[in-house]
Amino acid sequence: MTIELRDVTFRVGAETHIYETNLVLEPGGFNILLGTTLSGKTTLMRLMAGLEKPATGEIWTKDRNVTGVPVQKRSVAMVYQAFINYPSFSVYDNIASPLKVAGLSKKEIEEKVHRFADLLQLTPTLNRLPSELSGGQQQRTALARALVKGTELVLLDEPLANLDYKLREELRDELPKLFADTGATVVYATTEPLEALMLGGHTATLKEGRVVQFGETATIYRKPTTMESAEVFSDPPINTASIKKRGEMAYLAETVSWKVPRQLASLPDGDYKIALRPHHLLTEGQGVELDGIVQITEISGSDSIIRLNVGDNVWVCQARGIHSYKFGEKARFVFDADHCMYFGADDRLIDVDSR
Amino acid sequence: MATIRFKNVQHAYPPPKGQDPVYALKEVSQVWEDGSAYALLGPSGCGKTTLLNIISGLLTPSEGKVYFDDQDVTDLPTSDRQIAQVFQFPVVYDTMTVFDNLAFPLRNRGTDEATVKKRVHQIAEMLDLTANLKKKASGLTADGKQKISLGRGLVRSDVNAILFDEPLTVIDPHLKWQLRSKLKELHQQIGVTMIYVTHDQVEALTFANKVVVMYDGAVVQVGTPVELFNKPKHTFVGYFIGSPGMNFLPCKIDRGQPVFHNNILATSHPVSDDLNGRTVVGVRPEFVEFADDGIPVVIEKIEDLGRYQVVTVKHESEVIKMVVNEDQRIPAESPKIHFNPDQIRIYCDDWLVEGGDNE
Amino acid sequence: MNKTLNQKAWWLVTPVLILVAFNAFIPLMTVVNYAFQETFGNNVFFWEGTTWFEQVLRSDRFHDALVRQLLFTGMILAIEVPLGIGVALTMPRKGHWASVCLVLMALPLLIPWNVVGAMWNIFALPEIGLLGHTLNSMGIDYNFTRQPVAAWMTTVLMDVWHWTSLIVLLCYAGLSSIPDDYYQAANIDGASRWAIFRFIQLPKMKRVLTIAILLRFMDSFMIYTEPFVLTGGGPGNTTTFLSIDLVKIALGQFDLGPAAAMSLIYFLVVLLICWVFYTIMMRNEEQ
Repeated sequence: MTIELRDVTFRVGAETHIYETNLVLEPGGFNILLGTTLSGKTTLMRLMAGLEKPATGEIWTKDRNVTGVPVQKRSVAMVYQAFINYPSFSVYDNIASPLKVAGLSKKEIEEKVHRFADLLQLTPTLNRLPSELSGGQQQRTALARALVKGTELVLLDEPLANLDYKLREELRDELPKLFADTGATVVYATTEPLEALMLGGHTATLKEGRVVQFGETATIYRKPTTMESAEVFSDPPINTASIKKRGEMAYLAETVSWKVPRQLASLPDGDYKIALRPHHLLTEGQGVELDGIVQITEISGSDSIIRLNVGDNVWVCQARGIHSYKFGEKARFVFDADHCMYFGADDRLIDVDSR
Repeated sequence: MATIRFKNVQHAYPPPKGQDPVYALKEVSQVWEDGSAYALLGPSGCGKTTLLNIISGLLTPSEGKVYFDDQDVTDLPTSDRQIAQVFQFPVVYDTMTVFDNLAFPLRNRGTDEATVKKRVHQIAEMLDLTANLKKKASGLTADGKQKISLGRGLVRSDVNAILFDEPLTVIDPHLKWQLRSKLKELHQQIGVTMIYVTHDQVEALTFANKVVVMYDGAVVQVGTPVELFNKPKHTFVGYFIGSPGMNFLPCKIDRGQPVFHNNILATSHPVSDDLNGRTVVGVRPEFVEFADDGIPVVIEKIEDLGRYQVVTVKHESEVIKMVVNEDQRIPAESPKIHFNPDQIRIYCDDWLVEGGDNE
Repeated sequence: MNKTLNQKAWWLVTPVLILVAFNAFIPLMTVVNYAFQETFGNNVFFWEGTTWFEQVLRSDRFHDALVRQLLFTGMILAIEVPLGIGVALTMPRKGHWASVCLVLMALPLLIPWNVVGAMWNIFALPEIGLLGHTLNSMGIDYNFTRQPVAAWMTTVLMDVWHWTSLIVLLCYAGLSSIPDDYYQAANIDGASRWAIFRFIQLPKMKRVLTIAILLRFMDSFMIYTEPFVLTGGGPGNTTTFLSIDLVKIALGQFDLGPAAAMSLIYFLVVLLICWVFYTIMMRNEEQ
């Protein structure tokens, strides 16, 4: 089921929570809403579900205007960050509950519950109460309840946020598979860029109630149209800096300069901005050299994350392998100027292909 | 400040009538160095919180002794242990200002007001709280409140250790990073022993000098992040640390070399042949690469994670994950893979078999 | 977040609204009716304007009753609130004893008011009552039916016995909501017992305490049954509180006009004090 937001806005009192938003989500596959807390992910989902009515604009599914149609009359399932199950029902009854409401026969219910319990590895726990389950199992029960309904729209609001790290990793792997055959439109809210990349599909980057960019996840990651989109889609935070273009050269500081790339060459001299992903700042090799004072080194076994001060700016380098620096140590880092993303003073991407 | 020693510490919560006690914590004997940063890492229910409560004095272990330096503190109440703790949900004294919150532990111990003022300002400066000193503590955001609870530990000059119980749980994801770095920075500056409990491997590895991995009530390995990554002593450590976790493949041992489905995996650390038990070979996805010559595989899935790609391949029925750099090409026809010989580990009944000629 | 308004919901509350109208609004209007008019029966009314109000407000009898009422409410609040907090603090927080204590605490609240009055009446009788007899045999001259001070003491004691439990239970609920982490943190910070009370327990109890005080204020200000059964307002008029006085005027003397005017004044006084109290508490909350 296609879901479409047309010029949708949402306000609470005088405060605007969602600014004019246009979004078309195609059936099948994952649609990820990526943004920090309070960026409007949950509100957008509530609007799509029909739990909120937009202040202006319309919401369409297929060719039907569903603006203002209450949630009970739509084909929607939602899973929240907190594990919400009926505490006095067994896992079986929890999963069966939407089917009972729909008035299916006992046999059909049994067949469906078992199929989804199997899929989510809940079969051994069917007779238990939610309180006797681990967090992962509780959330899987909630997911099964959402899946079993066979709704055309499934909204997942940070469903993995309260789970152990390793469990999160496993469920993240399973989720796209679960929805692959259902043909449902899945909307998934998350604060973590890596989670968006792992889930694939399409991503909308959100900031302060605005959809900054929407498209294929990998495209958004590699070609953010604005600085905001690049910042939202980076963990650790992306390195940004102002540069000056003078003729053939780009200057980060008087001593740090490089030949401007193709896309900047024909543009007038002046102020521009760059963004460089932390893993593109290297500890050795060829390229533009950058001297910094190391503030902190975090080693995660395979990687090192190094925070350094360059002038008044803080830069982050995420390097393969183990690199030990002392606090306050002066060190030289390098980057390939082609890895930089270039932005105009208005924060819009200067694309290689558009020039 | 103190060295923390555990001598045969075990703990069982009182069992229901007529049942054997279930040990939440199995025997732990450890020496934790003074001034170091430790992380207790493990999934929920692994006993890490039990161990933390034994250190803080909230629990008295059912067996064994705990020492701070040479002092036996096993039965000492929390208030006499000179420790500080930052909890999962921020604890601040709502009615007090930030200044009074920070001053509270000092005033309780009868410190004179001039010293209190000096110390509080010093700590507030370190924690970037100076601008908020006059505000009510209840008005601060979650990360601000966590800084206050940390600050209440730091103002005291006599703390033996600062304990952290999943302190980043309620922090906004984009601020977690900053607070984590702040903790690390503070540790470098003041060098007080810090003990950090978490289920998040990234938090544990980036924060600690030494990570204590716990599984099912027992300490399975204590090591630096690098050791845990390169030489997991137990398959659980290999699985739990690293994302994705280590690949484990069933193997036989022939003349010191592991054999996986008739493929001899050359290792630079041959092991003894007479291993009694189930043997598996473990290799991290980071150390599997495509090669012209090697084990033929079928590519199942390619995940583009930006910085790198996770490629899932299959040989016979075994699934192998590999991490491939962002700009590296993935062979389209008859791909073969190769394991880095230095990074092949052999496990017998889940425990690492130390090979000869180890580094 | 404002929820989507569901029109059907209004139909569901309609029966309750009608019930409330019959129960509260119509009787209130009757009282208003009587307060401004004079009647000699037969449904014949004469407009009196504010005459009854002026009469009530000028009468010494009303002033005395009001002062007695304020004194009584002040006294029981001053005793019950600290006592209630104290008891709540000493109650065990977990285990079997916690349940036992809770049941014991709830007992006085379950006894009907007139029974409480009758119980204390018999309990305090100087000749046969356990309390009265014991005091007298100890050489203390005690007779609540004759001595104003004794009557007051007994009334206050009865109210404290009856209602302290309510404050205990509310405070206990407030205390139970404090996570263990707070006590652990205070322990680590080396806080004294007093500091724990002052900076953790009291702030966390503040909300329920506000409600408890408000409830006790309203209840005690309108107290009728217990003192009526115990002392009947005597000796003399020494324990005639506002509501007892009101009943005396309305049913004893059948002065319906002044009684109606007095009940309206009474109502407004309660409302005003509650409002002032609530505003002050809420302002503190915001700061």
